[in-house]
Amino acid sequence: MSEFRVNKTVAEINAKIKQGNAVVVTAEEMIGIVRESGAVKAAQKVDVVTTGTFGIMCSSGAFLNFGHTKPRMRASKVFINRVEAYAGIAAVDCYIGATQPRDDDPLNKVFPGRFRYGGGHVIEDLVAGKQVHLETTSYGTDCYPLRSYEAMVTLKDLPNAILLNPRNCYQNYNCAVNLSKKTIYTYMGILRPECANANYSTSGQLSPLLNDPFYRTIGIGTRIFLGGGIGYVIGPGTQHNPRVPRSENGVVMGGAGTLAVMGDLKGMSSSFLRGASMTGYGCSLSVGVGVPIPILDEEMARFTGVSDDQIQVPVVDYGFDYPEAKGGPLGYVTYGQLKTGEIEFDGRAVSTAPMSSYSKALEIAETLKSWIQSGQFLLGEAQETLPSVPFAGFPAKG
Amino acid sequence: MTSRNVLLIFKSSIMYKPRIYRLSKDYDLVFNILEAKILPRREGRILLELQGEEDQIERGLQFLEEGGVVIEYLADKILREEDRCVHCGECTGLCPTAALSVVRPRMEVVFDVNKCVACGMCGLACPYGAMTDIKLFDPFAEGRTAGTNP
Ligand code: SF4
Ligand code: SF4
Repeated sequence: MSEFRVNKTVAEINAKIKQGNAVVVTAEEMIGIVRESGAVKAAQKVDVVTTGTFGIMCSSGAFLNFGHTKPRMRASKVFINRVEAYAGIAAVDCYIGATQPRDDDPLNKVFPGRFRYGGGHVIEDLVAGKQVHLETTSYGTDCYPLRSYEAMVTLKDLPNAILLNPRNCYQNYNCAVNLSKKTIYTYMGILRPECANANYSTSGQLSPLLNDPFYRTIGIGTRIFLGGGIGYVIGPGTQHNPRVPRSENGVVMGGAGTLAVMGDLKGMSSSFLRGASMTGYGCSLSVGVGVPIPILDEEMARFTGVSDDQIQVPVVDYGFDYPEAKGGPLGYVTYGQLKTGEIEFDGRAVSTAPMSSYSKALEIAETLKSWIQSGQFLLGEAQETLPSVPFAGFPAKG
Repeated sequence: MTSRNVLLIFKSSIMYKPRIYRLSKDYDLVFNILEAKILPRREGRILLELQGEEDQIERGLQFLEEGGVVIEYLADKILREEDRCVHCGECTGLCPTAALSVVRPRMEVVFDVNKCVACGMCGLACPYGAMTDIKLFDPFAEGRTAGTNP
């Protein structure tokens, strides 16, 4: 009945992983396999394709429970290393957000500010096993009399620490330039005037959602590599939007899908969770994410065979258009072009630089591959997939 | 032939004595002035790229030092903390001399300290604090050019 020639289920693939004979390749390796043997043969041969990305992902943070004090306390303000965590939850729960600066940070008062330490750095320090300074205050209640509490704690001392990021893994993103006459300091890095340089993000052909452009296999319950440990997709991320222009191969031509993810901070590593400081902009957290994609049929093989030259990136002016929320893309370039270090814009060469680490993304895809090959990491079948749009199918030829 | 980038600091007492030209005359060195800043009657700073035979460079620098010039090697001032660098590549688009550059296809970032002119751009741009954050000269000062030659 199926429209496909190859038909596999996640359960079948998991059975092969348990037996140790599933064929797992990275999204980079898959490009060559599909190119050489075609989508049908590739789908017969390959069971899982691993992806990866490592970059600054602002909508991130961690729920921390620091355990009941003696006497008890209902914390109404919480600071960790002088970074405020949101405490409006329960007695000893808080949420430390990645972009929260230190309480005494000069911000942009002396421009451009450096934002050297914030919530993302607290998360990195915790994961690295460092001691952090916890300081809480309360108004006191009959059942929670303690009014202030201070302690040096490590991740081990915390009963629970859960990384929970409302939006990670943007499917695709802008290439940022600056057409104004002064240097600007943005979340896309430092952009010199008159389009002197261009910065881009995402790991392109290795990026999770670019390898499953219609989210056929990724959804609530998908087990992933998160910050060096194991995590889960818990739903579409905020601003998830499948309805953006797509090229013939179905790949989105700009930011589109996003993922909300969570995982136990205690299993993670500071190699894949790093505090970040963006001059003139603010602080954040860099997160490493890797998503395994089951090759259920030849369509999934074809999707995961996507290469950098087939992914279009919109060039956007951050000097005027973006801050004013006006105008559209100035044009499109591919990741293939961006990765050469130079693009042509308006008849001249503009140097390009990535914001997310391709080599770390590759390390993540390779690590996830070895986890699956060893039989210790099974695929989590999506209980519900993310909101998507229909795919008309690949163009007839090729 | 080798090349080395050095920062020369002239205190006010020696500022107006001719010296640098002797590098080429007596020591056969080629020099490029990468940056220069004179604060009248206080101090002068000149960033030089020296090219020549290793021992001639040594002798030329010794001559300057004997004359009271303070010499700092850029290679000692700018450092990459390897375990902080995540090889994102963000610094490479701003480095004026390609001292920081991307190696394809893995897109790892290498740092060649011999090409560094200590402009401080990478310290400002790196989100992970991997590059020493120094500024010998204002990277965005009026009239600053992106090239390495004066
Ligand atoms: S910006 Fe920093 S982390 Fe990124 S490649 Fe350069 S030195 Fe490394
Ligand atoms: S200080 Fe300037 S020249 Fe040296 S590596 Fe950094 S950006 Fe390049």
